[in-house]
Amino acid sequence: MEEMLTIGLSALAATLRVATPLVFCAMAGLVSERAGVIDIGLEGKMLAAAFTSASVAAVSGSALIALLAAMALATLLGLLHGFACITHRGDQVVSGVAINIIAAGLTAVLGIHWFGRGGQTPDLPVEARFMPVLPVSATDAGAALPLRFLAEVLGGHNLLVYLAFLLVPLVWWLIGSSRFGLRLRAVGENPEVVDTAGISVEWLRYRAVMICGALCGMAGTYLAIAQNAAFTPNMTAGQGFIALAAMIFGKWRAFPALAACLLFGFLDAVAIRLQGVEIAGIGQVPVQLIQALPYILTVILLAGFIGRAVAPKAIGQPYLKER
Amino acid sequence: MRGIDKSFGAIHANRNVTLEVAAGTIHGIVGENGAGKSTLMSILYGFHEADAGEILIGGRRTEIRTPRDAIAAGIGMVHQHFMLVETLSVVENVMLGAEDAFLLRGGRARARAELDRLSRDFGLSVHPDAIVGDLPVGELQRVEILKALYRQARILILDEPTGVLTPAETDQLFRILRLLREQGVTILLITHKLREIMEVTDSVSVMRGGEKVADRLTAATSREELAELMVGRKVRLELERTPARPRESVLAVRDLVVSDAFGVRRVDGVSFDLRGGEVVGIAGVSGNGQSELLETLAGIRPVSAGEIVVAGRRVDHAMPCDPAAMRRLGLAHVPEDRQRLGLVREFAAWECACLGYQDDAAYARGPLLDRAAMEAACRRFMADFDVRPPRPDLGAAKFSGGNQQKLILARELARAPAILLVGQPTRGVDIGAIEFIHRQIIAMRDRGAAILLVSSELEEVMALSDRILVMFQGRIVGELDGAAADERQLGLLMANAGAAAA
Repeated sequence: MEEMLTIGLSALAATLRVATPLVFCAMAGLVSERAGVIDIGLEGKMLAAAFTSASVAAVSGSALIALLAAMALATLLGLLHGFACITHRGDQVVSGVAINIIAAGLTAVLGIHWFGRGGQTPDLPVEARFMPVLPVSATDAGAALPLRFLAEVLGGHNLLVYLAFLLVPLVWWLIGSSRFGLRLRAVGENPEVVDTAGISVEWLRYRAVMICGALCGMAGTYLAIAQNAAFTPNMTAGQGFIALAAMIFGKWRAFPALAACLLFGFLDAVAIRLQGVEIAGIGQVPVQLIQALPYILTVILLAGFIGRAVAPKAIGQPYLKER
Repeated sequence: MRGIDKSFGAIHANRNVTLEVAAGTIHGIVGENGAGKSTLMSILYGFHEADAGEILIGGRRTEIRTPRDAIAAGIGMVHQHFMLVETLSVVENVMLGAEDAFLLRGGRARARAELDRLSRDFGLSVHPDAIVGDLPVGELQRVEILKALYRQARILILDEPTGVLTPAETDQLFRILRLLREQGVTILLITHKLREIMEVTDSVSVMRGGEKVADRLTAATSREELAELMVGRKVRLELERTPARPRESVLAVRDLVVSDAFGVRRVDGVSFDLRGGEVVGIAGVSGNGQSELLETLAGIRPVSAGEIVVAGRRVDHAMPCDPAAMRRLGLAHVPEDRQRLGLVREFAAWECACLGYQDDAAYARGPLLDRAAMEAACRRFMADFDVRPPRPDLGAAKFSGGNQQKLILARELARAPAILLVGQPTRGVDIGAIEFIHRQIIAMRDRGAAILLVSSELEEVMALSDRILVMFQGRIVGELDGAAADERQLGLLMANAGAAAA
């Protein structure tokens, strides 16, 4: 019983850690797609940001500078996406795929060229990383459950984890209660309305892709210098796409998207803990199957459980003033 | 507001147009499609920038480069296609772009109070928290007007505002416009319906070919004069036709039910007969099942229940019929949405002229298509139906709406079908072409064809039909004799006022 509890609590704590980059990316995608710009390049932006933060941290030794550099770079990639899709009305999916390819290629090439470790960046010292804000206090097993929950699940994370979860109500509030949010919702549904109301469609969408980029930058930073201590090639491993799925699963809304991220994070955390475990009646489940579980569930959930996901109506369509 | 002088663009949409509108009046602007009315108004609203010319408001020169400038200058516009975000509430739509502050709370309260006041003053009542996508079109228009008034518009432009309204809703709109005029608002009404110009405006300007050709005081002009000015020649507004001589039934519809993809019954138990030598018109507010009925009869949509008998062939749920088979049975279809179903915009005219009949022996040369024969057919259609320019090689999209429609009509009438289904034959078509198309339809009837007409233009339905069926929520709620029907009676049936009162 005691062992089960410990495993359970550690799985929940891991859920938060695993979900953090998903939450950042899902919120990033949400802002962009609410404005009508499909962002399939979350993955690439996150990967490029991870590489940037790890490199900058290795050179400067400052986690904060690394974070800012990563956010700046991902924002630039967002602007590139915007330049292709908003200014030149290119295809948003193609542009996003291009960003993913550029990020995957460049991070590997530059990494090998600069650091010569097969694409990996140097291992970072503790000072150059985001470390747990509060040291984990080892609670004794006899402590009350709420106390243990507080300490072992909610405590002991680094700054970015808390930022990610604070971001969700912030995005919810921004979209629902601010002028920017109202216009964002409008431009994703019907950009012509926004144009005739005397508001610039382009500028609004550019702001959305910039916010999206900055948030992807935080996700990448988290992966490279908070959760890990270095960049490894292709370390995002599809999490950008999982975040995209979570956002769609959450029907382009902040809190449902958070719930989806947590679900995916939880599945991932459980999958790790289930490896090699005998399950009554089934026996030992192959590791590969367990690892594939989150992805299989993603497909199943997306296919059947969310019902009709209603996307912003103008999503994917470049705005062309006509008449 | 005095003196607008503008010229515009590569296609010369507006040629040196000067328009003067007196403050506090309702001023109509009429003209055929492509006459430059909408372009002129979108310049005034800052949606497009003029190449030359200037805008004077209240005697002062005003630069209008963007809609923002126009709004600041007190100009509001109600667009033909409503500029509303369906997923937002009425309040949010009204305040969009005029939110006061970064936080919505304050602006929302002000908008609510203002909406309340406006709805009391002008009878523009709309529930502020309703989601716009759930509202009927009449209310959407009210929201659009409220939007402009909320921005303190002193000049209100309405672009073809009555196209989607029932007669009753149109009357209500005109009442509101008159009220606004009393409050000193200047109204610019763009329309091609001369009846409306005569009814509600104080003065009117006529545009043709990008130029303004005349200014008239409404009281001192007539529909005939305006029509002549619009087209540039004499137009007969009244269609001459002899009484129908109906023959035997060629199309029978019995308890027809058509459900859409969501299982909603769009056509709900409709029965009627269509006889050779008569025109049956279907009237109704758009979205009451007319489109679905037409598409089902054409073989595009499957029958959910009930049956159709076309020239002796039974079509029901178990025995569906595709459009090609329908065509072989002698049923021709001029679809409502010609851009989507009538032709392929990217094709050349000669290709469009044979669409649907591409398997015809006349166009075949062995297993291949006979291009020469198809071009010859197209040239013949163009000559017979006065399609301009008469160039089979030109892309379909390059023709005006009226000429596209004439080409489609020529294609469908060429085989002398026994049954002709026509949807919105003159939507977006100029007065001159309307006259021609109407005469062709009547000529078909006189040759013994059975014609089913669906149109949102009541005048058209009344002018062409020998019998009129009124549809409401998928059912036929009334049948009137074409000659005896009047607009009021039809309007009541369309709104299903009888059923509501009962």
